[in-house]
Amino acid sequence: MITMVQTLKLALTALVRNKSRSLLTMLGVVIGVAAVIVTVAIGTGAKSSVADQINGLGSNLIVVIPGSVQTTGAKSGTGGASTLTAQDGMAIAKLPGVAAVSPAVNIRTQLVANGQNWQTTVTGVAPSYGYVRSWPVVEGRFFTQAETDGTAKVAVLGQTVVAQLFPHTDPVGQNVLVRGIPFTVIGTLSAKGQSGAGQDQDDTVLIPYTSALERLTGGTTISELMVSAVDGAHIDSAQSEITSLLEQRHRIVAGQPDDFSVRNLADIAQAASATASILGLLLAAVAAVSLLVGGIGIMNIMLVSVTERTREIGLRVALGARSAAILRQFLIEAVVLSTGGGTIGVIVGVVGAAAIALFAHWPATVPVVSVVLALAFSAAVGVFFGYWPARKAAALDPIRALRFE
Amino acid sequence: MTPVVEVRGLRKVYPLDGGEDVVALRGVDLTIDPGEFVAVMGPSGSGKSTFMHIVGFLDRATAGTYRFSGSDVSGLGGDQLADLRSRALGFVFQAYNLLARTTAVENVELPMIYAGVPAAERRKAAMEALDAVGLAKYAEHQPNQLSGGQQQRVAIARSIVNKPHLILADEPTGALDTVSSADVMALFQRLNRERGMTVMLVTHEPDVAAHAKRLVTFRDGNIISDAPIAPAKATVLV
Repeated sequence: MITMVQTLKLALTALVRNKSRSLLTMLGVVIGVAAVIVTVAIGTGAKSSVADQINGLGSNLIVVIPGSVQTTGAKSGTGGASTLTAQDGMAIAKLPGVAAVSPAVNIRTQLVANGQNWQTTVTGVAPSYGYVRSWPVVEGRFFTQAETDGTAKVAVLGQTVVAQLFPHTDPVGQNVLVRGIPFTVIGTLSAKGQSGAGQDQDDTVLIPYTSALERLTGGTTISELMVSAVDGAHIDSAQSEITSLLEQRHRIVAGQPDDFSVRNLADIAQAASATASILGLLLAAVAAVSLLVGGIGIMNIMLVSVTERTREIGLRVALGARSAAILRQFLIEAVVLSTGGGTIGVIVGVVGAAAIALFAHWPATVPVVSVVLALAFSAAVGVFFGYWPARKAAALDPIRALRFE
Repeated sequence: MTPVVEVRGLRKVYPLDGGEDVVALRGVDLTIDPGEFVAVMGPSGSGKSTFMHIVGFLDRATAGTYRFSGSDVSGLGGDQLADLRSRALGFVFQAYNLLARTTAVENVELPMIYAGVPAAERRKAAMEALDAVGLAKYAEHQPNQLSGGQQQRVAIARSIVNKPHLILADEPTGALDTVSSADVMALFQRLNRERGMTVMLVTHEPDVAAHAKRLVTFRDGNIISDAPIAPAKATVLV
């Protein structure tokens, strides 16, 4: 009886002796697998860039904003209450689930500097703001706790403001007039681009919140509190800690509406990554269809090949090949074609993904699991679509096969 | 001496849907002893091809017994018959049936692959067989580099490589010119004479049949004559 190794050799020999047919047969699977690899890479890249954008909003960001207040029946809108203070923020900072807190005091005002003027939002924040928003300084430095405590007249500019006020000069060390008060520019922020809502986040000037309160608004209430939870898993618990702490501090009686509102970005993040997942799934489905078409191509060529090789099959049977040996040979041929095509497809796909990453600046990464899956699937395609032609070959009547013209 | 082939009352009926069945063999008795060289003749439809296919384990009889080298093979399964073909039979076909793009020596090796012979042994036996048909120096040639007569001799080398009990030749000269035909028939005679190979040859050419030592004639599914061929006549050609 013929051994498995010998059958494998027969199959490989048959494939090598028909190089062009073998290569053309593989082409379908090559394209299918390459398509799977590239689309999965693009999908993964989309997911990671969405994750990057969400991280860019801030590290595990929770936002506390003043709520609505009701005075003699008239409800103010959200943010109407003026009860949130920097002291609330300091108390929140001591909670176990909280990593850092920065108050934010937003002031819409006209800036004058360097002979230019520009209307923007000046935001009073704490030194922790850079961490909370994951927003590093690219030039100069951020202000210190000492400068915050000392209500220093220092400012850090967003890139849009830099472009408007200091188009040709280095802003660091220059003065900016905010409502007539000169602030010294000590640094500039990295470009952050648009927010999820389409706002230009770089159109901003950061100053110490103490300076904003004492020198600009003259009050004690702040616009919002930016809170960073210790990690993603603790966002929900941090949120409820903050809620109960503020209810206590603001003496909210049970049953009364809160005068503040605590929000996190998990919902936005979830929606965004769900969109990316659907996109990835869609691409993978298209790729899977092309792999299926490649498999059908293999089946077609194998069926044609069985007809074309009828005489050969008849001869092999006459020379003593068991029908199982014929079946195995044809099945192996199909599997070798499909896995060979799969391997070439993986190489083409990886190169293609790298090219997309390089030329389209898309973070296309090829996950190992997609390579393994594509190879396993292409082998399965070979077995599945090779079985019928192999069965047909094994079931040929040798007498008729030998006479087949 | 145990006969190589011993058939008794062999019948073959091809059932037809909604019509009369076609009876190809109507109870054939035949014995072929080792060392015989039998030519089987008969017009088309006489049953000679069906007979050869049954003797060659490519087809099964509807009724009757078939003993091959002493053992009853009537009830064997497909795999057992395949194994018998690989070990005990050699086939030569009219159309040579060599694998294209495959060297002569690899073609000769093919039956041994299915018999499970190790590679080194295969190569040695294949070279010996090619030497026996006078084509040792063409071992690395592919079929399309060989003449028809040479291709048929490679096919004969393939049929003898497993040292079979019986060589079945189905119109082996049907595609050859007169000179090549004579060559091939002389080769069969030599293998029969020098190596004691048992040969059963199916043909419809009397000239070709004349090279054998015994002539069996079929007509309408029966053997109508079975007679030795005069030795002088059998060696007309070298």
